Amino acid sequence: MTRTVLPFGPQHPVLPEPLHLTLTIEDEIVKEAIPKLGYVHRGLEKLAEIRDHTQMIQIVERVCGICSTLHAMCYCQGIEALMNVEVPSRAKYLRVVWAEMHRIHSHLLWLGLFADAFGFESLFMQFWRIRERIMDLQEATSGNRVIVSVNVVGGVKRDINKETEKWILETLDKVAREVNQLKTTILDDFTVKQRTVGIGILSKEKAYELGAAGPTLRASGIAQDMRQTGYAAYPELDFSPVIETNGDSYARTVCRFNEIFQAIDLIRQAFAKMPEGELAVKPKGLPKGEVVSRVEQPRGEVLYYLKADGTKFLDRLRIRTPTFANIPPLLDMLPGCDLADVPILILTIDPCISCTER
Amino acid sequence: MKSLISKSRVKSPWLIHFDCGSCNGCDIEVLACLTPVYDIERFGIINVGNPKHADILLVTGTVNHRNKKALKNIYDQMPEPKVVVAIGACGTSGGVFRDAYNVVGGVDKVIPVDAYVSGCAPKPESIIDGVVIALGKLAEKGKKVDQGIFERLEKTQTAIMAR
Repeated sequence: MTRTVLPFGPQHPVLPEPLHLTLTIEDEIVKEAIPKLGYVHRGLEKLAEIRDHTQMIQIVERVCGICSTLHAMCYCQGIEALMNVEVPSRAKYLRVVWAEMHRIHSHLLWLGLFADAFGFESLFMQFWRIRERIMDLQEATSGNRVIVSVNVVGGVKRDINKETEKWILETLDKVAREVNQLKTTILDDFTVKQRTVGIGILSKEKAYELGAAGPTLRASGIAQDMRQTGYAAYPELDFSPVIETNGDSYARTVCRFNEIFQAIDLIRQAFAKMPEGELAVKPKGLPKGEVVSRVEQPRGEVLYYLKADGTKFLDRLRIRTPTFANIPPLLDMLPGCDLADVPILILTIDPCISCTER
Repeated sequence: MKSLISKSRVKSPWLIHFDCGSCNGCDIEVLACLTPVYDIERFGIINVGNPKHADILLVTGTVNHRNKKALKNIYDQMPEPKVVVAIGACGTSGGVFRDAYNVVGGVDKVIPVDAYVSGCAPKPESIIDGVVIALGKLAEKGKKVDQGIFERLEKTQTAIMAR
């Protein structure tokens, strides 16, 4: 059997972002996949040398437009740890609200793109229609639809009043109802099952060995969620990681679908328990020392390593994003699958290339 | 026939979107334009994957040293008349990343740009507005391309017949 080498990407209809894979195929079956990255590399970590540690918040928000506030939250938590700042309790709860809002919008976005990848365009439109409700919430509470810029070192800079809170909870009820209506269409549909069940299996051992993160890891049956480490207000909220055990494309879809409801529940809990109080404390002095800060993003665990030497500029900023951790599992899934399944398998790890390449 | 072509070109433009080192913020807003709330497809605008079918090129994000060739390549493959819309602060000038070492700058450093959309990330409304501005330029460029098209066609036909 002769082998054919097929380039996939960087400009590909199913991918909104440039990712290149060199696929070696043998009779429509993928034998080998080699990724080539670097199309979106901007050299963002190096900017820490010419922008001071407060200006860097605006830059880390733009590491990725889909999980912007989570990047800023992770960075601010790192700086707060270096400067020994105790964040006010209300700010912690507000951070949870925005973070979970981001998770809902990211998962709805992914479900839509995933439906589009196997040609289910009306489902794509439905998920994105629901997602616009979350975008409205983000715009009303933070002033921007996509880049939710609310975090500062020491707290948050915007408040949510009682009236907005009521509106948010009403909208979330609507979102929960509408997403639930689509449940049969995405999870019980014959076409969807044909394209996802039993395809791209990542076993529990492999997922652990290759260091998968986020829903890719949880769909393989490992209950690991960075929110359990107890940052922000998560220790006071009641939740347990959503897990699936099959480890195939379908399990990853179910996992993300259920996390939407988990996130809605977390926002409700956060509003119920949110205390009154101030939004931010003014930090004194300059950051010194080194710290590792970790946050659970929609795609998995993001890790920030910060090193500061007592000046206003950071010595080193290192970001490890969830997609970077999920590329080795993807390369493990691809060999042996049909060429037609390649776009779906790439999408099931929810790749965020601009995060990965920064 | 000629008027039909120039009219339908502006009435039903096809666009291609290229992510050129963007943070995804602008990309998802471009996609949001297609979805039910904004729904630009009702105006006959279709998002295509092939540059050879497209009239309008939407570029989001900064140009870097790796993808500037890919961007130029896509631009060259589009047939005349064509217009380019640079989306977001990064597409116009490099935005917050302008000082980073791997960033060349705005899209206009590599290919000519006809309309700029500001904002980080711009709202779908302003993206649609930018496309409408670009459509005006597309109509003008189209007139130049169409000039003498039937004469040229006739000449080619006679040349073929004479052979």
